[in-house]
Amino acid sequence: MFNFKKIKETQLWKSMFRHGYSDSERDRAMTVLTNVFFHLHPVKVRKSGARFGFTWCAGGLSFFVFLTLVVSGILLMFYYRPTVEYAYNDILALREHVPFGIMRELHRWGAHAMIITVWLHMFRVFMTGSYKPPREFNWVIGVILLVLTMLLSFTGYLLPWDQLAMWAITVGSNMARATPFLGHEGPGAALLSIGDIQLVHSGSDVRFALLGGRFVGAGALLRFYILHCVFIPTIAVVLMAVHFWRIRKDGGISGPL
Amino acid sequence: MRWVWNLEFILNMLETFKEFINSISSPVTIFTAVVIIFGIFVTFPRQCTSKKVALPAVILVFLFFGIGLTDDHFRKIISTPDNVPIVGMIFIFSYFTWYAMKKAVENDQRMEKGEPTIEQVETNEKVYVFPYLIYIEFVVALVYAVGLVLWSLLLKAPLEEPANPTVSPNPSKAPWYFLGLQEMLVYFDPWIAGVLLPTLIILGLCSIPYIDRDTSTSGFYCFKKRRFGITCFLSGFWILWILLILYGTFLRGPNWNFFGPFEEWDIHKVVPLVNVNLSELVFIKWLGMGLPKQWYLREAPGILLIAFYLLVPPAVLAKTFLKERYTQYGIIRYSILVMLMLLMISLPIKMYLRWAFNLKYIVAIPEYFFNI
Repeated sequence: MFNFKKIKETQLWKSMFRHGYSDSERDRAMTVLTNVFFHLHPVKVRKSGARFGFTWCAGGLSFFVFLTLVVSGILLMFYYRPTVEYAYNDILALREHVPFGIMRELHRWGAHAMIITVWLHMFRVFMTGSYKPPREFNWVIGVILLVLTMLLSFTGYLLPWDQLAMWAITVGSNMARATPFLGHEGPGAALLSIGDIQLVHSGSDVRFALLGGRFVGAGALLRFYILHCVFIPTIAVVLMAVHFWRIRKDGGISGPL
Repeated sequence: MRWVWNLEFILNMLETFKEFINSISSPVTIFTAVVIIFGIFVTFPRQCTSKKVALPAVILVFLFFGIGLTDDHFRKIISTPDNVPIVGMIFIFSYFTWYAMKKAVENDQRMEKGEPTIEQVETNEKVYVFPYLIYIEFVVALVYAVGLVLWSLLLKAPLEEPANPTVSPNPSKAPWYFLGLQEMLVYFDPWIAGVLLPTLIILGLCSIPYIDRDTSTSGFYCFKKRRFGITCFLSGFWILWILLILYGTFLRGPNWNFFGPFEEWDIHKVVPLVNVNLSELVFIKWLGMGLPKQWYLREAPGILLIAFYLLVPPAVLAKTFLKERYTQYGIIRYSILVMLMLLMISLPIKMYLRWAFNLKYIVAIPEYFFNI
């Protein structure tokens, strides 16, 4: 075996890892404080809060799943073009020509998993009464993140551009047609008119805004691609930052008062 | 010979069992059964989370799945790639519901004896995040990563024919996490099932911490002191969300017809549409006259009924069942709580009205796309 100690004395090693690890309280604290990733955490937490049996690790796992989705999603973006003529063939090529290609599987199953872990996280937070003051607003942010998670999955569902994708989005987006006042088949939409001119019709309602057209077509594909890859993730990341920061400011993982 | 006879006997038994399950399967029987089981669970949480009840329940569920897997149709539905996570989810949430309730019951017993809860014992003790928490996170992330890779290797992501706007598959289904909403379309118009109710679910969830501000039960598992809140949440989650997703995924076939778990999805199954509106029931069937011409006269019974539903129960509950909450919460918080509850319960009410009386709309004003 090589001499590990010698490597640890090199300038390269020391520049990366500022200190060795001797198992002292000071070092345990320093490990968290001097690492940009670990320092999302405080140095110390309630013993009850550190238990797997209390948190089920569902929130942390949701974040980890999100990171794996970002990585696999970026890899997929190298192969995928969001146009009607290329989208399906790119997915087909991804399956048939990329060696050991499980990227799409990692991304799709990861998306399903994230929905389950986010629901599970909400379930745990409710069952432990962790939404109560002073954590009310963080619960609200959590609910928004939960909705964003489902919207992320929903927008991604269209991208393979197969029958499953197109008709699932058709069924889903048909609901928008019936939005009160804003959808052309929604209650109240008929009231919004100037003289004989209807303000809300199938070419101007909320469904049209979502799909960029009257049906799920090229416009919808591009919109969903941008919503899925840029728009919603950006909002989600900002809200996640607030969500994590507020956990710290509201007193860490919840415990009995 | 004797062995062959036995095998045949077992196969016959299986067929009989599957036919029996199919024959008793309908939206109303399954829904009612789940409501009853849920009622028993929240009424007797201590007994239901004990090994004596939980273990046989687990064995029964696995037995059902085991028998189910011998059926071609059931296996096909369960193993459709996008449905696999739902099956996983049922087991995950069943387990964690049991686990949370078990911890809650344990803490309830401790509090009754005047002892601190498990969390209260440890809450003032602090541990270093490194290594205690980071190791847990590391192991969980590792287990998940390995699990995901295995899952991805074993199961291909689905890819059907290229998108074709002229050929619509039957049934056309939304992604599985929205199938609860799609199932609601059977009972409500799209503006309620697809817009109003989802908005109310989101707003209702957001309002939870502003309605329930009692911090004495914050940060640990317990049930007795939060019986009302936890029952509301669990019933909404399990019955109105997860169960409806299961309906939409596993039991709704072509034309959104209902099929038993072992029933082949027959595209030609005809279900007579005999739904009637409340106005037709009142004016034609009960009063024996024609429908009034003006919509506000025609729909007066329905509008009165809905006004009654939204106004009377809150007043009655404030004097009876929710008296303490009314005095404690004040009129605004109380009204929001009761309104959300009534709107939540309106879904199963509408479902039962459909099943019992074939009732389509309580208020139907197609002139304004306004149907309830």
